[in-house]
Order: sequence, then C-alpha cells, then structure tokens
Amino acid sequence: MCLAIPGKIKSIETLEDYLVRMAKVSFGGILKEASLELVPEANEGDYVLVHAGVAISIVDEEEAHKTFQYLKEIGELDELEEG
Amino acid sequence: MKYLTEYRKPELVEQYLDQINQSVTRPWTIMEVCGGQTHSLVKNGILDMLPKNLQMIHGPGCPVCVTPLNLIDKAIYLAEKKEVILCSFGDMLRVPGSKKSLLESKATGADIRILYSPLEAVKLAKENPEREVVFFAVGFETTAPANALSVVHANRAGLKNYSILASHVLVPPAIEAVMDDDESHVKAFLAAGHVCAIMGLDEYYPLVEKYKVPVVVTGFEPVDLLQGILMTVRQLESGEAKLENQYSRVVQSDGNPAARSLIQQVFQVNDREWRGIGSISKSGYEVRSEFSNFDANLKFQIDIEEAVENGECIAGQVLKGIKKPYECPQFGEKCKPSTPLGAPMVSSEGACAAYYHFATAMEGM
Ligand code: SF4
Repeated sequence: MCLAIPGKIKSIETLEDYLVRMAKVSFGGILKEASLELVPEANEGDYVLVHAGVAISIVDEEEAHKTFQYLKEIGELDELEEG
Repeated sequence: MKYLTEYRKPELVEQYLDQINQSVTRPWTIMEVCGGQTHSLVKNGILDMLPKNLQMIHGPGCPVCVTPLNLIDKAIYLAEKKEVILCSFGDMLRVPGSKKSLLESKATGADIRILYSPLEAVKLAKENPEREVVFFAVGFETTAPANALSVVHANRAGLKNYSILASHVLVPPAIEAVMDDDESHVKAFLAAGHVCAIMGLDEYYPLVEKYKVPVVVTGFEPVDLLQGILMTVRQLESGEAKLENQYSRVVQSDGNPAARSLIQQVFQVNDREWRGIGSISKSGYEVRSEFSNFDANLKFQIDIEEAVENGECIAGQVLKGIKKPYECPQFGEKCKPSTPLGAPMVSSEGACAAYYHFATAMEGM
C-alpha cells in the first residue's frame, strides 16, 4: 500500500470548496482524481507519482511508463480498482 | 533463473548479479524496510539468485502489519456505531482484531467503506452531513501527506463530521529499534524509496553516523533492488558506512518540502506501539491539538478493553528479522492468508504472506 503509482495528468480544475487544484490522472486508461497541492508546478500532460489520491512528485515520461508497466506485471494496481 | 526473461532489462539483472557475486566475500545480512520491496524480492525470485552468504531480512515495512490490535479494535468499535461511516484502505479490512476484523464487522451490518484516498472520505462527509465519517488513517511517511490533506480540506470546508483515527508509523525509529536489539544481526539497510520521496534524506545521516551502518535508499523494481543491494554490499566489504541514494531519479535530497510542511502542520511525533514489536519512542504521528476536532480518538468516547496479542504468533521476531516466517510453527499450518493469526499474514506486503504466496520460489522449505 505504500507504492506511488505514475499516471498522466489529463485535465486540471480548481475546487472552490477547498481552494485546491485537482487533476484527472490517467493510469493506463483508468481515470482517478488526484490533488496537485504538493506539486504546484505540475501541468496538463505531465506525469506524476500519485499515492492515496495525492500527487507527490513529477516524473519523466519514460520513468512513468516503465514503472507503470512493472506495477502492472506484478499485479500491484488493484488499489486503482478499489473504492 | 527462470524469472530472468520476465524482467524489463534481463542484461542489467545479469550484470548486477555478477557484480554482487564478485563483491561478496563474507556473510552479510541486509534488511529491506519496505513491504513493497519484500514483495518484489520474493515475487521476482531475487532471493534465490543472490549469493548464499547474502541474507535479506524482511523488516517491519508494512504499516498494516504493525497497527496495534487495540487500534483495530477501536476502529471496529467506531464502525459499529450507528452514526459512523468508517473508511480505510482495502488492506486494513482483513487484519484480525482481538475478536474480529473490520471485514467481519462489515458483514454484520457496519457501514465500512474501502477508499482509494482519504480525500474521498472528506467528500463523503460533505455528502452525508447527518453521519460521522471516520477515516482509519494507516501508513508510513508516504501516506501521511494524503491523510494530513484530508484534515486540511475538511477544516477549510468547515466540516464538523469528519475525523481520522491516525495509525502512522515512521521508518527511521524502526531502523533504530532493529539496531538497538541485541538479537538482531542486521548489518545494513535498504531504505524505502517512496518514503524518502516525501521525507528526503536528512533523517538518515544521524543513523548512519550513530550505528556505523550503511543505508541505501532504494526503489522497488528488480533492477533497483539489485543495484541497491550491490551498493550496500560494496560499502560493507570495504568497511564503509554511508548514506547513498540509488533511487535519485525519484528521490530528491530534500524530499517534497511542501509535503513535509503539510505533515508538520497537522501531525506531531508521538511514542507509538508497533504490533508484535512493542513501543518505540517517537515513532508515529498523532493529530496536533490545533486540529483536535478532527481526531477520532478525542471526538468519540472509545470504551474498550485492552486487547492481548495472540501468543502463538511470533510476528515481532519476524518483523525484526530475528526469525524467518517459515520458522514460525504456525506458518502454513494454523496460519494462512485465509485464516491469519497475525497481521504479517494478512497484507500482501506482510513478510509471512509474501513467503506463503511464493513459497515455491523459496529455498529450505
Ligand atoms: S506465520 Fe502467522 S503466526 Fe507465524 S509470525 Fe507469521 S503471522 Fe504470526
């Protein structure tokens, strides 16, 4: 449960209630919301490592693809399906 | 070597294995702290490929596994209150409390939900103003920013019906506890990459200094692990004890400063009970008094008896690396993933479950 999963930022919106930037992030096609508060410099099209709905760092595209592929192979993406 | 073809870069794997083989001249014991790394080492058959006199010990690296019995009982107590919606990560639900697990409690009608993020729990609180939403916030440093953020969001939105039951544990004090135990023979550590992506490297320098022990911050993929092991072995063989960062493509030396200050804003360090290990000083996070309205421990009168650990489970020795899971008399007998006696058999990152699932890849069994 401690792994962060890389995904691509598809779109960004600001939630008025909490004054935060939220992104729709695609993890190999599965879309999830993630807060961008801890990576304020992230933009649409960037790849971010997301853990528990919060982006914790920006990574480059190649790293993101490799890591995602690996997580998929070892079956570590189940949590994306939960909730 | 049947696993090699499945790797992304089989040549690199071979190369690191060769170098590790050439470097090791004496027996060494290295602990990987993170459960994700344990999972990867076991699942990819790496343990089989390492030289015989290089022992990997699986540390306490699974926050679910070290969540005290008493806290699970508390979560169940809260979940069974009519007004409460209790939410947590999926891993947490199957862990046995003293009488039952959250999953069993859910089966008998408690409103328990598995969420991917604590931020979803805040949303749930907003949509259900007549209910109390409690998030059972387990995790290492990696998860602390998400849990802290949920409190900040709830505060900003003026929510009165959201709180967290914090069950946070910290990696550096766990390393200290292992080093301070006379029975442990761990000589070096692989530190957890994603934990350091948040916290940075600063906390590890004093450990290296105090215990003269090599610490290498490492990722969780096979090539990362082998490279981390190689860096560690080289230090050990040359009598060095430094902090090195194998995972520098993700881990900056100051971590994520925004995440660190968020954690500080919401949490303070406290002494903490680790299931199977006992109390470790300054090894967890509790909600700061400024946010006490969001602390489920204070918000609810939780009136339960202190639970006693199952005496047959030797999780404490397993988590400190003193015994291997298969040295536990209950392993695979009374204790299986379907009927776990202790937490390390429940979570997929727990050392006992990792060994059970991939037992055929292991030696000496
Ligand atoms: S095998 Fe089961 S009983 Fe033995 S230490 Fe592991 S969890 Fe505990």
